[in-house]
Amino acid sequence: MKIVVAIKQVPSRDSQLKINAAGKWIEDADLSYEINEPDAYALESALQLREKASGEVVVICAGPAGASQTIREALAKGADRAIHVETDAFEVSDPLALGRIMAKALEAEQPDLVMTGLQSDDLGYGQTGVILAEVMGLPHATLIMSMELDGNTLTVKRELEDGWFQNVEIPLPALLTIQSGATKLRYATLMGIKKAKTKEVKKLPAAELAVSAAQVIHLDRIYMPGKTKKSVVFDGPAKESAAKLVEKLRFEVRVI
Amino acid sequence: MSGILAVLEQRGGVLHKMALEALAAAQQLGSELDLPVCATVLGGGGDALAGYKLDKVLVVENELLNEYTPDGYTLALKQLIAAQAPSFVLFPHTYQVRDFAPKLATAMGRVLVSDVIGHRVDNGTLVLVRQLFQGKINADIRFEGEPPYFASVQAGAFRADKLVAGSAPVEKFSVELSAAQIRTKPKELFRESQRAVDLTAADIIVSVGRGIKEADNIHIVQKLADAFGGELAASRPICDNGWLPMERQVGSSGQTVAPKMYVAVGISGAIQHLVGMKGSKTIVAINKDPEAPIFEVADYGIVGDLFEVVPALIEELNKAKG
Ligand SMILES: Cc1cc2nc3c(=O)[nH]c(=O)nc-3n(C[C@H](O)[C@H](O)[C@H](O)COP(=O)(O)OP(=O)(O)OC[C@H]3O[C@@H](n4cnc5c(N)ncnc54)[C@H](O)[C@@H]3O)c2cc1C
Ligand SMILES: Nc1ncnc2c1ncn2[C@@H]1O[C@H](COP(=O)(O)O)[C@@H](O)[C@H]1O
Repeated sequence: MKIVVAIKQVPSRDSQLKINAAGKWIEDADLSYEINEPDAYALESALQLREKASGEVVVICAGPAGASQTIREALAKGADRAIHVETDAFEVSDPLALGRIMAKALEAEQPDLVMTGLQSDDLGYGQTGVILAEVMGLPHATLIMSMELDGNTLTVKRELEDGWFQNVEIPLPALLTIQSGATKLRYATLMGIKKAKTKEVKKLPAAELAVSAAQVIHLDRIYMPGKTKKSVVFDGPAKESAAKLVEKLRFEVRVI
Repeated sequence: MSGILAVLEQRGGVLHKMALEALAAAQQLGSELDLPVCATVLGGGGDALAGYKLDKVLVVENELLNEYTPDGYTLALKQLIAAQAPSFVLFPHTYQVRDFAPKLATAMGRVLVSDVIGHRVDNGTLVLVRQLFQGKINADIRFEGEPPYFASVQAGAFRADKLVAGSAPVEKFSVELSAAQIRTKPKELFRESQRAVDLTAADIIVSVGRGIKEADNIHIVQKLADAFGGELAASRPICDNGWLPMERQVGSSGQTVAPKMYVAVGISGAIQHLVGMKGSKTIVAINKDPEAPIFEVADYGIVGDLFEVVPALIEELNKAKG
């Protein structure tokens, strides 16, 4: 069974973000990066499935040169090989263009199963997986917590709203978008890190994939959101702030 | 038609709570852009829409749409949109919409602007606002190229109480579908377990997020909840990690609460968390990052390290109680 996992490198969760001079993207020179959280779960699910069904796990990542760090980590955790679609991060801010680029990069692979995270922490479209499925002509299911393989059919557990779930049967080849949290993530072992150095990383410049990147939405500008409420915020020493807050809660809010 | 088409969601003939907000969005944009507004819902529930001010309600009935599938919905809506030729297609940003709307837009060579939280009309063109970086940054987006333009609206972005009543003609639209085109097979819906705690009944909720760092630290926030006489709740990562049971999770995939006071400790304020607690009467946030989006909805906040602030707060509370 050949499983492809789409992983994205995103700024670390604790990053202090600043908007660049053009107002189009963030200042990304000094940021530290990590794998997008649900993508780590997608990779974990793929590795677990490979352990049961045998086969191969291939990761695909579209991003700048610095993304190779996240790719190496995925290889160290156990992915067999990688495809690095080399792009400038901003170039692929259109999810349809990205879907087309990734589909093209995967043309030769003929995977049985493609997994993506359900949403990226930076652009947060929550769409790339579904778009990729449509471009590749695959059936899909989103917000997947777990899966069971039976012959050529997967039974997947979808998360719905308000604590509801649903099982769905989906024939292979297929695409799933994975929700965070359903399983425990593994760490890379020392052995894994060593082995990763010998694994294949195929580099494909996005420009050479020659897809029509029809820009059908346009990002005008980005900015810090304004406050929607008038809030009273204390930022002094903890003890002082605590005392001031308690006073407010007693005499203004009257909850104490 | 060159108008606005609102594609709404129902289950068992009952409209989804976010459907009426999307309908309100359609009406509002319709009046701002001077466009006629129609609404549709697949698989039943169309009659519920006839009481609103709309050009028409389009009812798409086909037994293959009785159960939701992304293939069925995409194929049906593609036919409807081709026939009606709306300029804008609006959806509520529900889990079901996340599942099929990007596929539908792709099938029509378009990009869905997902998760819209605001809008404005700039010289006759629509500018949509959506969040980046889990709510830390906003982006203004415009459509390019030819319509139809697709967008989904986040909970709370438009208000259902602004809906304008009226009486709309209901029209049937038939679609060509065959069972072989539907590749996935949906099974029964289920819930994991009975909920033992009812967070919705609590007057005060103290909620803990990933800022707490380790399971062993949860007790610090439990103590704060006790000092307030409130219930303990959490953001998703805390429940994912198994540090607290899922029944204590607040947010779009957990519970929706509206207590008198909601205290968010070490929670960043991602939209999926906010939709579950935004209706709280008073919101208090404790976070070390002054830019954390939770402060955008907070009435009161403390910027600081929760490991210092929470114990200080417990002490002050005990003092106040005498
Ligand atoms: C489809 C979908 C459904 C989802 N459903 C839900 C849901 O139901 N509920 C939910 O909560 N989330 C949900 N999420 C996840 C959501 O997007 C966020 O990832 C999540 O809410 C983040 O949780 P958090 O704020 O605890 O963690 P983080 O975003 O990691 O934030 C931690 C915060 O703690 C602060 N902090 C760190 N250290 C300290 C310290 N020492 N003192 C004070 N502050 C500190 C940081 O500044 C930061 O703001 C969902 C996501 C998706 C895509
Ligand atoms: N540049 C990228 N490279 C690889 N995978 C990506 C990339 N962008 C998005 N994805 C995948 O698509 C998912 C959804 O992303 P998004 O549609 O941006 O929310 C992510 O969780 C990744 O699995």
